[in-house]
Amino acid sequence: MTAALTDLTLAEARDGLQAGSFSSVELTRAHSAAVERARPLNAFITETPDLALGLAEASDARRKRGGAAGPMDGIPIAVKDLFCTEGVSTTAGSHILDGFTPTYDSTVTANLKGAGAVMLGKTNMDEFAMGSANMTSYYGPVKNPWKGGDGRDLVPGGSSGGSTAAVAARLCLGAIGTDTGGSIRQPASFCGVVGLKPTYGRCSRWGIVAFASSLDQAGPMARTVRDAAVMLGAMAGHDARDSTSAPVDVPDFEAALSVGVGGLKVGIPKEYVVDGMAAEIGRLWEKGAAWLKESGAEIVDVSLPHTKYALPAYYIVAPAEASSNLARYDGVRYGLRVDGGSLDEMYENTRGAGFGAEVRRRVLIGTYVLSAGYYDAYYLKAQKVRTLIAEDFRRAFETVDVLLTPTAPSAAFAIGEKMDDPIAMYLNDVFTVPASLAGLPAISVPAGLSAGGLPLGLQLIGRPFDEETVLGAAHALEAAAGFDARPPGLDESV
Amino acid sequence: MALDKATVKTIAFLARIKVPEEDLEHLAGEMSNILGWVEQLGEVDTEGVEPMTSGAETTLPQREDSVTDGDARDQVLANAPQPEDGFYAVPKVLE
Repeated sequence: MTAALTDLTLAEARDGLQAGSFSSVELTRAHSAAVERARPLNAFITETPDLALGLAEASDARRKRGGAAGPMDGIPIAVKDLFCTEGVSTTAGSHILDGFTPTYDSTVTANLKGAGAVMLGKTNMDEFAMGSANMTSYYGPVKNPWKGGDGRDLVPGGSSGGSTAAVAARLCLGAIGTDTGGSIRQPASFCGVVGLKPTYGRCSRWGIVAFASSLDQAGPMARTVRDAAVMLGAMAGHDARDSTSAPVDVPDFEAALSVGVGGLKVGIPKEYVVDGMAAEIGRLWEKGAAWLKESGAEIVDVSLPHTKYALPAYYIVAPAEASSNLARYDGVRYGLRVDGGSLDEMYENTRGAGFGAEVRRRVLIGTYVLSAGYYDAYYLKAQKVRTLIAEDFRRAFETVDVLLTPTAPSAAFAIGEKMDDPIAMYLNDVFTVPASLAGLPAISVPAGLSAGGLPLGLQLIGRPFDEETVLGAAHALEAAAGFDARPPGLDESV
Repeated sequence: MALDKATVKTIAFLARIKVPEEDLEHLAGEMSNILGWVEQLGEVDTEGVEPMTSGAETTLPQREDSVTDGDARDQVLANAPQPEDGFYAVPKVLE
């Protein structure tokens, strides 16, 4: 019974709860037990089984009274440790937030709580969401539930690596993450799950520890496109406390899945063929286009000429915003304090001890590109290039409805690889960063296995606030790909 | 742009991050590599292009100028490393 409950999709669990086949308490106990058994993955920083049980009991009581809150009521999920959660430690994967326990919930977690979702715990992540392998966490790396051919431990991708590992290992029915340059989509590809970055402004950023405010966006990760659609419906919505939150209605995302792709124009951007990309990624991309064509879509070649400049522009804009956002960690208001002889010394000691190597590197780069004399040459230049990248997309969307690309240039790599070369690590996000800079919705769908037996994702990018078309195309891609591979060892461990 | 140790030290002070002396050389190399790599943006003609400053095409919303928050002193101080008498305490700033 336990194995069956953790193997359900979120939508199946919702239907089972509605039909009274099982209770939220049963569902929650099964998942909390799985979380505990899977501790060697290091997917969670904080487990909250008691809190989860209380929420599950409340959900069951609501349902008994006939007052279930909606499709997420009683559904156990995991939350990236970047979302502030009332009364539950929030670390952002950093030493500098030691002991920080928010007295409030982020809007997204409050929305989910209001929808009856059951939080199982807070998932591991790259420090302040800066990383593509979950290697920069103060709480140690996360292991991908998938294993290399030689049995080596692999990274889950990052920065939402704990969330995707938890979804792939059947520790939760879905998880929430954040995506600044690919932090939902790239780990989704590495772990063989669905990851959706909504349009910038679709989900409120209020109460999410800020990394790069013009890029950060929360989104769902789940095992199916339908599950991601259900979750997004409960997360999204206008919030007056985030001035960049869009005052737009939340559509019925799940209903968009049944529209189909007949007549849909799918663009293939030729600039997404990059040096060093594995040949099998290119083949999978072609296969994805063929699948969508067979499903009734029209495939159109398009050009996004500034694509190659997206990554360098991102590595100016994101560190610049990060250096400003992370100024708040000063040892005064929350988290770590390391004393010093003067106020400046206390700041320097606290931040020197509290930030890891990657965060330090990015804050220093950001400080430099924003400093007098360099601002125009780096930061302003990058912002202008960003405009050109957004215009590329705008022009493409005059002729196509959605774009199909690979999600990442490779499958998951071994823990410890690429750690001595920051730029090699940054290249993981070459396909995800452009849509981030343009603020567009994009999803990664597991579409096949590499020669080494590891999951590979394909990405669909849509127009602003057109998650419905993205989800509809993703649903068709998912059906055609028929990805049903599971991480090894799952069946033995349950 | 190649950064030297002294420049990294200055940047580190601007960012108020204590960097051990022995890390400066390596950090200067890494940062120089990253800056060298981003300098390819120089190839792009951005003459007359407006900078993009937000992730979305939104106009900043306006609301009535009224207090919507407050009376939360204890909550605000709840996570402070050194709260004292309803304030944050820091090392002495003025002699």
